[in-house]
Amino acid sequence: MSTLTHTHPTSRQRSRVSLLKVSAILIALVLAVPVLIIAINIFLGGSDVWQHLYNTLLFDYVSNSFLLMLGVTFGTLVMGVPAAWLTSVCEFRGRSLFSWALLLPLAMPAYIIAYTYTGLFDFAGPVQTFIRDTTGLGYGEYWFFEMRSLGGAITMLSLVLYPYVYLMSRAAFLEQSANTLEVCRTLGYSAPQAFIRLALPMARPAIVAGVTLAMMETLADYGTVQYFGVTTFTTGIMRTFYGFGDLAAASQLAGILLLFVAVLIFTERYSRRKISYHASGLRKASQRKVELRGRYGLAAWLACAIPVIAGFVIPAGVLLYWAVFEAETVGWDFIQLSWNSFYLAALAALITVSLALVLAYAGRLHPTKGVQTAIVTSGMGYALPGTIIAIGVIVPLAWIDHRIIDWVKYTFDQKIGLFFSGTIIALLLAYTVRFMAVSLGSVQSGLGKVKPSMDMAGRSLGCSPAEVLRRIHVPLLKSSVLTALLIVFVDVLKELPATLILRPFNFNTLAVRAFELASDERLVDAAPASLMIVAVGLIPVILLSRSISSSAH
Amino acid sequence: MTAMPPNKMLKELKLNHIAVGYQGTPVVQDANFRIVEGEIGCLLGPSGCGKSTLLRAIAGFEPLMAGDISLDNEVISSSETTVSPEKRSIGMVFQDIALFPHLSIGENIAFGLKHWSKQEANARIDYLLELVGLAGYKDRYPDSLSGGQQQRVALARAIAPKPKLLLMDEPFSGLDAKLREELVPDIRAILLHEKVSAILVTHDQAEAFAMADRVAIMEAGKILQVGTPYEIYHEPVSRFVAMFIGQGDFLPAVVCGANCVHSDLGEIHGDMDHGFQSGEKVDLLVRPDDILHDDDSEFKGLIVSKWFRGSYFLYRVKLPSGKVTYCFASSHHNHSIGQEIGLTVNLDHLVMFPIEAKA
Repeated sequence: MSTLTHTHPTSRQRSRVSLLKVSAILIALVLAVPVLIIAINIFLGGSDVWQHLYNTLLFDYVSNSFLLMLGVTFGTLVMGVPAAWLTSVCEFRGRSLFSWALLLPLAMPAYIIAYTYTGLFDFAGPVQTFIRDTTGLGYGEYWFFEMRSLGGAITMLSLVLYPYVYLMSRAAFLEQSANTLEVCRTLGYSAPQAFIRLALPMARPAIVAGVTLAMMETLADYGTVQYFGVTTFTTGIMRTFYGFGDLAAASQLAGILLLFVAVLIFTERYSRRKISYHASGLRKASQRKVELRGRYGLAAWLACAIPVIAGFVIPAGVLLYWAVFEAETVGWDFIQLSWNSFYLAALAALITVSLALVLAYAGRLHPTKGVQTAIVTSGMGYALPGTIIAIGVIVPLAWIDHRIIDWVKYTFDQKIGLFFSGTIIALLLAYTVRFMAVSLGSVQSGLGKVKPSMDMAGRSLGCSPAEVLRRIHVPLLKSSVLTALLIVFVDVLKELPATLILRPFNFNTLAVRAFELASDERLVDAAPASLMIVAVGLIPVILLSRSISSSAH
Repeated sequence: MTAMPPNKMLKELKLNHIAVGYQGTPVVQDANFRIVEGEIGCLLGPSGCGKSTLLRAIAGFEPLMAGDISLDNEVISSSETTVSPEKRSIGMVFQDIALFPHLSIGENIAFGLKHWSKQEANARIDYLLELVGLAGYKDRYPDSLSGGQQQRVALARAIAPKPKLLLMDEPFSGLDAKLREELVPDIRAILLHEKVSAILVTHDQAEAFAMADRVAIMEAGKILQVGTPYEIYHEPVSRFVAMFIGQGDFLPAVVCGANCVHSDLGEIHGDMDHGFQSGEKVDLLVRPDDILHDDDSEFKGLIVSKWFRGSYFLYRVKLPSGKVTYCFASSHHNHSIGQEIGLTVNLDHLVMFPIEAKA
């Protein structure tokens, strides 16, 4: 053999590839455990606490969660759909500004907006104080709405969740070609009639998908409903877990919540299936926008401005004011909190995205059923409330820890602490389960851009596999990997319920601290941490809005 | 341009009884094929026949299960060894073009020129862009180019490092018909000009005939016939090849001599012995241009459909036996459907097959 040839690479390649395959399946198994544990709990018999819950509080949980979802559906529809239609089909003063500004509330976690408005509108807040001062009325002599109520929770959640509906329906409206609407006009319908008869039904699957996403977030919310004293599944789970210390009953509640979520996932998948159907064949036509002037223009402006102002400008402004002028000056404590949040989020992002890369490459090099199943399984946690995942993580980890503790005790006669469930390992596992789907989606779409033929082109142009990786894959994957890192980072930073349940003793993050201070009615002092979360949360929103405005041109 | 690496011309690529497959199941079996200096070869066959797999084996992306592939008398693939694709000096153009979107056109072409000096590489890029008719596109990015332009860049990128052999996997199938008609002769001219030997994979017979000097017909993992386009069209070795290449019909006939058969259209003589026994029943291949319209002929057919093709008419006629066949006529002979016209046979070789045993 000449120097050109070398020993047959297939056996070596095979072993490397199967290592990738085995890793993918292992990852999927580990990530599936929390979800499976909760799912199994649905079918297990109940404890005494469970019986008590069933008799007393379960009805409250179900009805409150249901009313909350109903209210948020209404709220997000009313704010999201008109704004989407106005910014995609009409032209009015401020349209291009609103088309991205309407996304800003995405950066605002619901629990933060909730206590910001509470601080603004409660009895001691500036608004009621102003009313009392100007009218001379005293306590109980005038009517003012109560922020801390079901209605308040619905309003707060709607204000930060409408962007999902806005985003999805806007994409649908943009995809509808001008021709279809013009055909409708030639068949004798006015423009508003065309909207109701054609544009709206065509966008319906997208709108449903957007509303479903908002509902999932609603079900997952803990901070807002807890702060407002609305008893829902998530507060029930926390209460059972902390108040009664009954992990089994908490898991069982989580199981019921899981059923709710499963229905939503199904609905969302189903409507998405229809989206692709509707979108096929409809290429974006350069659409002539309907010009709105005078009072129509003003109405359009208001319809877009109110959600932005109420959902972002006011709360962000209040937070900024509190943080700068009224809160305790930030000290060492705050730096410690920020550092905790930062390294936790960074670690979670690195782990999640690395695992996503392993999964994505396994799927690319080994497109077998086993690997595909592993990938789907790994992404299962995406729609699950943090409370469910936290319970699902703590059950197996606590079990393992106690085995280890027993073993060490009998073998070495030593006492040790909780190795998994008492450390940030539990948190990191929960974050990975929760955010794997997001990073997997981003990494996979990036890897999808590197067509297999590009690998072959690189090889046939004289590059070794390592060079192909470096010269083709790395530059092409870079932006989607960075996006994935960023999204996971920000989501972890904002995450509240799982962090509350799983954090090690005396370990605080920005989100946890903000929530605790707010719960202690120290709203003003919670502002710096909240502002930090909102500011970091703005980064992906800005990226998203940039991609929206660039695709619009 | 004096210091450029010399053109390493291909002397011979030889596929010797090779088998290629996935997970132990052969997709291509016992394939033999060779191509020599300056030749353009073609693997032609329906989709799923294994032609792309064969091409990938030549490129070094698929190991062999049996047989060997040698490039200039050096074995590059066998069941034991596979030289890595990057060490073969074989370029490749892909169906989905596969330009690197993060690199400019110039950088794409320079991708394989990593051992060249900057000056030489730049000269090569300019020269190739000129050659493929895209001078001035050097700093553009792939997504700003049309499909046809991208395919030209892909070709330039593949031949830039002066490979011994260029492989092209359905390079035109993503392009529309008009563009394809333009691009095919252009690319053949470029390959001839650069003296690059090449193998094209396609399912399109017109493409194969327009590009290739030597065509291999593949079906179900086997190479059925290798020959020039002329040979393949006029002397197909099997019914499959006969029907896959061009239009035609089989006329039932009876052998009446060493180079003669009797059919619905009378006695037909060929210029070569056909090897069948007298009295044997056979199917005779007739191409549309084998049967001509002749008013004086004693053999008649009824027109069932017709196509006006500008310079000629193509009729579909029904013979008294009920058999339907094509017939060529000059564009002046405009007959209507239902009319009876005279037919005469004009063919050189008798191509025939034993009658198929079917129900």
